[in-house]
Amino acid sequence: MNVRFINPFIASICNTLETMCATKVTIGKPSLKGDNDGSTDVSGVIGFSGDAAGSLVLHFSFDVASAIASKFAGCEITQDHEDFSDAIGELANMVAGAAKAQFEGLNVSISLPNVVVGKGHNVTSSKGEKRVIIPCETEVGNFMVEVGMIIKKASESRQAVAATGA
Amino acid sequence: MKIMLVDDSRTIRNIQKNVLKQLGYEDIVEAEDGVIALAKFAETSPDLCLVDWNMPNMDGITLIRKIRETNKTVPLIMCTTEAEKTRVIEAIKAGVNNYIVKPFTVESLGEKINQTLSKAGAGA
Repeated sequence: MNVRFINPFIASICNTLETMCATKVTIGKPSLKGDNDGSTDVSGVIGFSGDAAGSLVLHFSFDVASAIASKFAGCEITQDHEDFSDAIGELANMVAGAAKAQFEGLNVSISLPNVVVGKGHNVTSSKGEKRVIIPCETEVGNFMVEVGMIIKKASESRQAVAATGA
Repeated sequence: MKIMLVDDSRTIRNIQKNVLKQLGYEDIVEAEDGVIALAKFAETSPDLCLVDWNMPNMDGITLIRKIRETNKTVPLIMCTTEAEKTRVIEAIKAGVNNYIVKPFTVESLGEKINQTLSKAGAGA
């Protein structure tokens, strides 16, 4: 996990929730994901590809997911509402898109969102790369943002060569 | 005044619909991807389209290009998470009249819609 990616995700989480959900987010200390971290009820997942690759996962309990989805949609969205997954997926999409815009010098694309719903599930990376958990606190409850990103180098190495005049 | 909303998220379409209703626009057509939007565009001839970029089946930039092949004047607004300058330039080259980056405030969405319609010489 390249640490240059952490701040763009923190900024995009705060901005997206404040703008779309009128919800202020207090960010806790990011830490590397351990084997027992990340058990959750609702996960919004977005993949990144291109000059940098990886994924973003928003992890919520059912209660917090419902509260945030309701604030986002402007009406009550319980976990059995037909738009529940759609709302969580779109929030993940916005967080990913706003973060991606801050990856300077990297040409990165995002996938369409996927949402996993199930009590106490775990989302794992098949590649076994180190991932970071960013704890988020709001007035409607806490949630976690999980990020794992690696640089594929193409544009960045070209830029570095250009900058040094090599 | 007929407005078409193209976005694979129903939540976003509902948010946009609420803004449009507050602005006095009630005649709204919805599509969840570019393929459906292209068919509905031909059927309903909307006066303005709000188009998402990343969608299944046909993305928004392809939809914009296809609409512009046959209609050079209908106002098109891209409403997307794609915020990089290169994407905005690509969208302008494809023929969009305005560009809104998600996340957006209800006020900014309303302003962009009004701005686009007044430039196009139309109103509610």
